[in-house]
Amino acid sequence: METRELICIGCPLGCPLRVEVNDALEVLSVSGNTCKRGEEYGKREVTAPTRTVTSTVRVLGGKAPVIPVRTATDIPKEKIFDCMEEIRKAAIAAPVKIGDIVIENVAGTGVNLIASKAVGREE
Amino acid sequence: MKHDIVVIGGGPAGLAAAIAARDSGVEDVLILEREQELGGILNQCIHNGFGLHTFKEELTGPEYAARYIEQAEERNIPALLGTTVVSLERQGDGILITSVSRQDGLLQIEAKAAVLAMGCRERPRGALNTPGFRPAGIFSAGTAQRLVNREGYLPGKEVVILGSGDIGLIMARRMTLEGAKVKCVAEIQPYSGGLKRNIVQCLNDYGIPLKLSHTVVDIHGKKRVTGVTIAEVDEKMKPIPGTEEEIPCDTLLLSVGLLPENELSKEIGVDLSPVTGGPTVNESLETSIPGVFACGNVLHVHDLVDYVSEEAEQAGKNCAAYVQRKAQGTEQTAEGKIPLLPQGAVRYTVPVTLNRDRMEDQLVVRFRVGQNLRNATVRVQADGKELLRRKRPVMAPGEMEQVILRKEWFTGNEKEITVWAGQE
Repeated sequence: METRELICIGCPLGCPLRVEVNDALEVLSVSGNTCKRGEEYGKREVTAPTRTVTSTVRVLGGKAPVIPVRTATDIPKEKIFDCMEEIRKAAIAAPVKIGDIVIENVAGTGVNLIASKAVGREE
Repeated sequence: MKHDIVVIGGGPAGLAAAIAARDSGVEDVLILEREQELGGILNQCIHNGFGLHTFKEELTGPEYAARYIEQAEERNIPALLGTTVVSLERQGDGILITSVSRQDGLLQIEAKAAVLAMGCRERPRGALNTPGFRPAGIFSAGTAQRLVNREGYLPGKEVVILGSGDIGLIMARRMTLEGAKVKCVAEIQPYSGGLKRNIVQCLNDYGIPLKLSHTVVDIHGKKRVTGVTIAEVDEKMKPIPGTEEEIPCDTLLLSVGLLPENELSKEIGVDLSPVTGGPTVNESLETSIPGVFACGNVLHVHDLVDYVSEEAEQAGKNCAAYVQRKAQGTEQTAEGKIPLLPQGAVRYTVPVTLNRDRMEDQLVVRFRVGQNLRNATVRVQADGKELLRRKRPVMAPGEMEQVILRKEWFTGNEKEITVWAGQE
């Protein structure tokens, strides 16, 4: 058995977590969390850590040169740089609305990359 | 031009204040915004983590801003964009606001009341007295954030970050994702000024070293930064000879603190706190000038936009009540002010005074501590009588705290209220 000490990143409170895992890396307990999200984060972080990726994508013919984007949900942590690779190559034509899909199934994660801001056409 | 309430700044604080003022029954509310769009600094804060408190979901900055912009639009609250306020003066018992914009030129607006929501600025390089030349490649973290996230321009490839404020941490991750190499984050204090979650997800995730008790002692390069020398500092923050280390880089980002932006407040004569740099306000978030309210980062620098919105909503509501009372001729006197005094590790409180008659059933008092504390206690007393005592496992200067005071605890005759934090 092993105890791992983590800081929860679920919200800005940053609760100190203690996660007990057995030799097969199965989670036995999570403590120190103050909400359900913390427990889930603790379990996930020691088994299959995930993160939301936020970045920008080039806009064609828009009022702004780039548009902010994010993965619709968390993706596996080890996929972050694959995801960035696709983001760097991508471009989207204005107008764009919040929530529009910019890249479907980004880096094969099964998660869409979506726009997090609206951008109108260049006048 | 005449308006009942003018809100200066269309960021998260200004938007929430304007919406709350309208919802409290004052029809004539106007927002003045310097940028060409509403939303303020949130527009460049493209990372997630906003809104958990307010919307119970995790949003990015632009998404959080859009929620409030939508609410303002639904209510048809007018906003003058690209409009910079250049002066604030008292005129009779109202306020004269002078602004400039490309479309309207010089504009004078008479307001019955105003909400200050101008936000804050980054502490600049000049405030640090770092020796060395003045080469290109030195940016404040927020400037770099704007360049990357709004202009689509990466300002450097090999980066050292001085200061571990949240924007610096966020930019360490952001520039790494964009292909830059962030060599380290140097923090002069023995602790980070940023949120713990940002140390984890912005530095640890990417193996970026955080060098506590370190600072930049020299900047190399004539035309462009070619490197910096960092050194360890002692407890008096003086560099320790022999600990210098030269790090080659082309970019130095500064994330060394935020300062409330109160040039306009000074002009109209609002009293400012030497600790926060923001106005001293009463329980209604009203400054020393009647009818001038303040909220958000112009009042004191927040860590969480959710709390900015909450505070601004209160300011907007109180500002509306002020206008309504004035219209009815039922103005309140400023008598019966009880001072709120910070004690122990507490550096300041917002508000700084409380009037029992004017306070609502519950009053949120926000504060910060000046040092890291473990197993700490927060205590509120009125004239030595304990009103509230709470255990806090961890307290840190980088994290804003709050206590809620209840009206029923007070008679109105108290001489002073103390907010204390420390180890018992």
